[in-house]
Amino acid sequence: MGDASVHLSLTGEEILTVHLKGKWQMETDVPSTETAMEQLDRHPSIKRIVFNAMALSSWDSSLVIFLFGISKLALGRKIQVDKDGLPPGVRQLMDLATAVPKREDAKQSVSRAGFFARVGSEATDFAKSAGDLVTFTGAAFEAFVRMVTGRARFRASDLWLFLQEAGAQAVPIVSLISFLVGLILAFVGVLQLSMFGAEVYVADLVGIAMVREMGAIMTGIIMAGRTGAAYAAQLGTMQVNEEIDALETLAVPPMEFLVLPRMVALTLMMPFLVLYANLMGILGGALVAVGMYNINILVYLNRTKAAIGLNDLFIGLFMGAVFGVLVALSGCLRGIECGRSASAVGDAATSAVVTGIVAIIIATAVITVLCSILGI
Amino acid sequence: MENKNPCISVVDLTMAYGDFVVMRNLNFTINRGDIFIIMGGSGCGKSTLLRHMIGLKPPAKGEILYGDFNFWKAEPARRQEMMRHVGVLYQSGALWSSMTLAENVALPLQQYTRLSKEKIREQVSLKLSLVALAGFEDFYPSEISGGMRKRAGLARAMALDPEILFFDEPSAGLDPVSAKRLDDLILQLRDSLDATVVVVTHELASIFAIGSNSVFLDPESRTMIASGDPKKLLAEDHDPRIQTFLRRGETEEDQA
Repeated sequence: MGDASVHLSLTGEEILTVHLKGKWQMETDVPSTETAMEQLDRHPSIKRIVFNAMALSSWDSSLVIFLFGISKLALGRKIQVDKDGLPPGVRQLMDLATAVPKREDAKQSVSRAGFFARVGSEATDFAKSAGDLVTFTGAAFEAFVRMVTGRARFRASDLWLFLQEAGAQAVPIVSLISFLVGLILAFVGVLQLSMFGAEVYVADLVGIAMVREMGAIMTGIIMAGRTGAAYAAQLGTMQVNEEIDALETLAVPPMEFLVLPRMVALTLMMPFLVLYANLMGILGGALVAVGMYNINILVYLNRTKAAIGLNDLFIGLFMGAVFGVLVALSGCLRGIECGRSASAVGDAATSAVVTGIVAIIIATAVITVLCSILGI
Repeated sequence: MENKNPCISVVDLTMAYGDFVVMRNLNFTINRGDIFIIMGGSGCGKSTLLRHMIGLKPPAKGEILYGDFNFWKAEPARRQEMMRHVGVLYQSGALWSSMTLAENVALPLQQYTRLSKEKIREQVSLKLSLVALAGFEDFYPSEISGGMRKRAGLARAMALDPEILFFDEPSAGLDPVSAKRLDDLILQLRDSLDATVVVVTHELASIFAIGSNSVFLDPESRTMIASGDPKKLLAEDHDPRIQTFLRRGETEEDQA
């Protein structure tokens, strides 16, 4: 027994005998080929290597790797290796591993592209993906027009399911987040306003901020993370499973059958969610005002009513509908163009959320600028 | 086969993913009533060839003719019309996972016919009973076994009584008995529906049991190296690559 060890002896000037001893196991320390190399360097007259494995008690692949090391050294020095002294199992493994020569062309050529080449290809990829988005939007619009004229094919039961998922089931998380956002706005605002003794105007601040911008933005971001990601994962899995191919060969356009009901459901439900988020935000603000600064609840509500115009409300709801379209589009686009592996589905979901949130922020900026130009 | 009228002709087809050529110079004809096998080692482009034939991937070069209908040169609308006569069984079944088996089989019927709900229901239960799945109408694909999913996929492929049936690796992932039963089912369907069947497979048992014609794709030379009845290929073709494939790598002496 004992640890793995190797001992070299010379017979005459031409034959090197490698004595293998002990337990050769992966987890234990096994000798390296370096000592053998030293011997070979010191005695250039060696013509043959033989093995003696009498004292070898057990072995695994680590021994095979060691022996391959020796064979490689021997090959470089044109020395003959005689495997007869080795256990038959080792010999078989070595023959098996060398039976099929290494395929040189099998390795994927991983050419490290230069910095400029990579920047360039990223840029063209970006341009291409922007183009894809536009094409996809166009196709979605086309499908929508077909739905309006009653020619689109999708299942009403799917639409109901998506309405429920994007509507009622999103209410708890939307409540929580928008309530807290209203609360935070009130906290920050009332601190500043109290310096002027104008605490009551916190109602204006919270009301306008929630109704005009924050309600829609927060709901949009929640839905991008919740529903957009779900859409991408659903369609991505269908892509992996060849389900989308099966639709295409039956001439059922995935755009109508899969994308349209999702888009319609989210776009219909978003304004309702935004309206509800507005209410929760105002309540959150009221809690701070009433609870910490003793502002009368009726005064708070009256100030809120006076501060918010109908315009503000409609702009918020309109933004909500726009965000619904954007989130659904980015989710479905990433799902449809998903690759055919489990990690591709994950990438699709991630990318759907990122695309959705970026689209929401850009759209907010555009709508805000437009509103200020139009003076609404 | 007595009536030798060509059903599908592939003419000088080159398949490529971007710049990477998968197969080139493919020329073969599938006759009506054939059970045509597309065979070759793993990863040689069998399924890609199938995707070209069912309209999922346009060829880099060459043509696919259904009768004298030039599939890829035609308008997409005409192509869709053509696909009405084609049924496809995908490798994994590809049942729509959010729909029950009955809804899966019904969708092609709703898509292409104006049958009443009652008629569709009858069709669905007939097709499911043909593949020995009667009574499973309201099951979802995730609730049944892999072999059953495959048969359900076959029921969906047969929904419109197609003239041409495509099978992508029908016996992959099935136990030998189920695979044999699926082979028998394919033969019976061919005879009763008078259909032409195209099968992508590398299962030798299936190839010899059902194949009446075939094409052999070779990944090394990136083209087809043989075509014809697989049993004849085994007996008469002396190309070592084909012999190795058809004999599972065993030489003639090994088998004797």
